[in-house]
Amino acid sequence: MIRWLLWLLAGALLGGIIHLVAVLILPRTATQDAYSRLAPISPVNAVVPVPEPSPQKEVMPFMDPAFATAVCRYDLSNGPLKLTAPVSAAYTSVSFYTRRGVAYYAINDRAAGRKVIELDLMTSAQRSDLPEDEDITAADRLIVESPSTTGLILLRALAPEPGLMPSAHNALTKASCQQQQEQQPAPAG
Amino acid sequence: MRLVLGLLFALAVAAVVGLGTTWLALSRGTAFGAVPIGAWTAWPKIGTRDVDPYARAAIARSGELPLGSGDGVAFVAQTDDGGRPLDGRCDVLVSGTTPQARFWTLTLYDPQGRLIGNSIDRQDFTSQEIVRHSDGAFDIIVAPRARAGNWLPTNGIDRYVLVLRLYDTPVGVATRAAREVPMPTVTMKSCP
Repeated sequence: MIRWLLWLLAGALLGGIIHLVAVLILPRTATQDAYSRLAPISPVNAVVPVPEPSPQKEVMPFMDPAFATAVCRYDLSNGPLKLTAPVSAAYTSVSFYTRRGVAYYAINDRAAGRKVIELDLMTSAQRSDLPEDEDITAADRLIVESPSTTGLILLRALAPEPGLMPSAHNALTKASCQQQQEQQPAPAG
Repeated sequence: MRLVLGLLFALAVAAVVGLGTTWLALSRGTAFGAVPIGAWTAWPKIGTRDVDPYARAAIARSGELPLGSGDGVAFVAQTDDGGRPLDGRCDVLVSGTTPQARFWTLTLYDPQGRLIGNSIDRQDFTSQEIVRHSDGAFDIIVAPRARAGNWLPTNGIDRYVLVLRLYDTPVGVATRAAREVPMPTVTMKSCP
């Protein structure tokens, strides 16, 4: 009897370990996470609109239908990105997600404090490589550090009434995310 | 022989316990850092770098992108104030005021996060569309059949969830299950 109880205890312990490992590994094995859902419709390092959610079809669950959404699927392996997003009439936000969907940074139009949200996105290594030039470290340059090389930037503009949806979409079409040319290392020679 | 049997038994227990608890934790949702206010619950930490491993796994599994904390916070209601699950065949009154925010939206989803089709093509209200009383409070009637005022149609589905998203709001990680944060009441009015 004792022997079986011991086996039971051992099994439960091993089960606990399996539980922890499964929870930690699951994000890496998910094939239907947000990044995988957006990858087919979004080229790398470009802003494209995300189709509005409707009862028939939506790209991701729990999208807010009051918002026009655009996405920039980024890859920083060739250098930092520059993100520019003009703000819309009502409310605009820019949210940054890692490859695994962790929302590591988000800012709205009022916090950005101007008509155009401008951000430089780079990895920690790229940031430490920045030359300590006064022009570059100027206070008005907003730098966001990405914990992962790839990820998602979600740009969202609110349409407070359904009739304002076209103008919210319109505001997002002027947004861009581009590789910074000046950050490319000069060819040796 | 006994050893083999014991080992098999232990492995079976491990598989059931390990996979069972994982499935339960991810499908029921976990409560780390939850801010419950009446029928509503928010998980402000989901929108930050400090998101816990269970929430990470749940997000990866569902495919949603959580609201970043610099953007806003989402409150979810699956039941009314009395704890009864929201039923699309009943009339439910969402009434009162929201915490301070520049904008808010109230959206109705099925439990998987899909929008519900209906005759007037309305799945949500924003803070600007809503008809209010003179004191600024509002009543939203969530019901299968047309109602006067702010009617949010359920199309008669069994179960639904309401998500109240506050944008540009002081409510967030620092908010405890606070009395100072007023959330609208959720009351089941009548059920057929």
